[in-house]
Amino acid sequence: MRRVSPPWWAGSLLMFAALIVAWQFASELRAIPRAFFPAPQQTWAALVRGFSSGQLLADTATTLRRMALGWVLASMAGIALGVAIGLSAWARSYIAPMFEALRPLPASALAPVVMLFFGLTDWMILTLIAFGALWPMLLTTVHGVSSVHVRKSEIARSLGLGRLAYAGKIAIPSALPDILGGLRLGLTVALILAVVGEMITVQGGLGAHILIAARRFNAADVFAGIAVLSAIGIATNLALTAFERRALRWQGDR
Amino acid sequence: MKAFLKGAAIPLALVAIWQLSASLWGVTSDTLAAPAEIVVAFVAALGAPEFWRAMGQTLLAAAAGLLIGVAAGLITGVAFGLLPPLSRIMRLTVEVLRPLPAIAIVPIAILVFGFGYMLEIAIVAFATFFPVMILSEAAVGQVHPRLIEVARVLKLGTIRRLGKIVLPAILPRSFVALRLAAGLALVVAITVEVAANPLGLGSRLMQAAGSLRPADMFATLLWIALLGWGVNSVLVLVERSLFPDLKELTR
Repeated sequence: MRRVSPPWWAGSLLMFAALIVAWQFASELRAIPRAFFPAPQQTWAALVRGFSSGQLLADTATTLRRMALGWVLASMAGIALGVAIGLSAWARSYIAPMFEALRPLPASALAPVVMLFFGLTDWMILTLIAFGALWPMLLTTVHGVSSVHVRKSEIARSLGLGRLAYAGKIAIPSALPDILGGLRLGLTVALILAVVGEMITVQGGLGAHILIAARRFNAADVFAGIAVLSAIGIATNLALTAFERRALRWQGDR
Repeated sequence: MKAFLKGAAIPLALVAIWQLSASLWGVTSDTLAAPAEIVVAFVAALGAPEFWRAMGQTLLAAAAGLLIGVAAGLITGVAFGLLPPLSRIMRLTVEVLRPLPAIAIVPIAILVFGFGYMLEIAIVAFATFFPVMILSEAAVGQVHPRLIEVARVLKLGTIRRLGKIVLPAILPRSFVALRLAAGLALVVAITVEVAANPLGLGSRLMQAAGSLRPADMFATLLWIALLGWGVNSVLVLVERSLFPDLKELTR
């Protein structure tokens, strides 16, 4: 997407605010059914109520904890495995195809399998996130590590670098853009799976929060929960993009 | 062929070990089924009307949602591409809505539609809308400037410029967007079914797990994987025959 200049950003902020105000008016004129789409004011009130009572805060913390823990586990395992597979010609031809073949399987389809092993518990959600977020990380790392420029691997050979030195000095740095892309993708998957897992197990968290609110026909609470989820999605994405830019600065103009 | 055999060696060995340990020590449990049982369940599904009903439900919901999402995404994307100020003024709104996981709006859709097809179609449409919109906006941005000049020289009106220049030029890229969105639609449909909606293969998966029939569960999982793979392969084939020079276009 093309970048937008600051005045246009201000304009689009105004537009966003105008849409919210229009929503509020439409809702007050009863042009939108309030039972499904509460006025922004009601959603705001639900947000304030949720955070001041601590209920929404606790659910947010739970979801964030699960998401972070699962993502970190998946990242460590995915990158380590990815580097190992990417560097070994044997593993690339014998093991990588198995992972490629499993890729089209939706991560959420693993939920029932994980559920059988762990029941409706916190562990089930964590395992689901870790397992689901592992794939993007693993595949992008394998790709990055195995597509190092020929010239670089020739340099490594003529310098007589050992396997570990090659991984640390050449392969991982040049695979960094892929790895960071995988981290970002993994984080998106982690948020989705956290919500899916919480909807299935109903063990606290924002996923359970919005599902229970919907069962009680409390639309304002549903929207409040969704607003928090949206904020989490935006904030984590922005943070990772900023980190990506910093980490890749040495690679020059990107 | 040799590469395929190499890739298949370890999975096959693992399955063989799994089967051996299951039949030698009679390891049976509520969580794992022996490969032979899974194969039996996999084949048996073909003769079960309720399996076909579930597959039809998933495909129907995914396809209907995909159709709506792609149509809305294309229209919005082309409009944004042709009118950059519109795209800029809506940027923040799009950026706020886009990172929202589609699964998060399931509760709203439950409130509005209740359980059933409409719920799933709405979620699939929401999920596929944004990627298609962004890809088609980018596609319009990459229409060759010379083509736009031709339109200007010929003094084509907006509608004819759209129909004769822009749409044909972005057609190949739009098809790529459609293919990517189709994969996404299937994943989202299954996710909605697993998480909430009592419909389709995802719900069959949950039922098999809930009633401790692991063989059925793994067989359904295999069918879901096969379905995703099949849909993608068919679309890749169509893409290649319709747009043979697409490789150059989508570098």
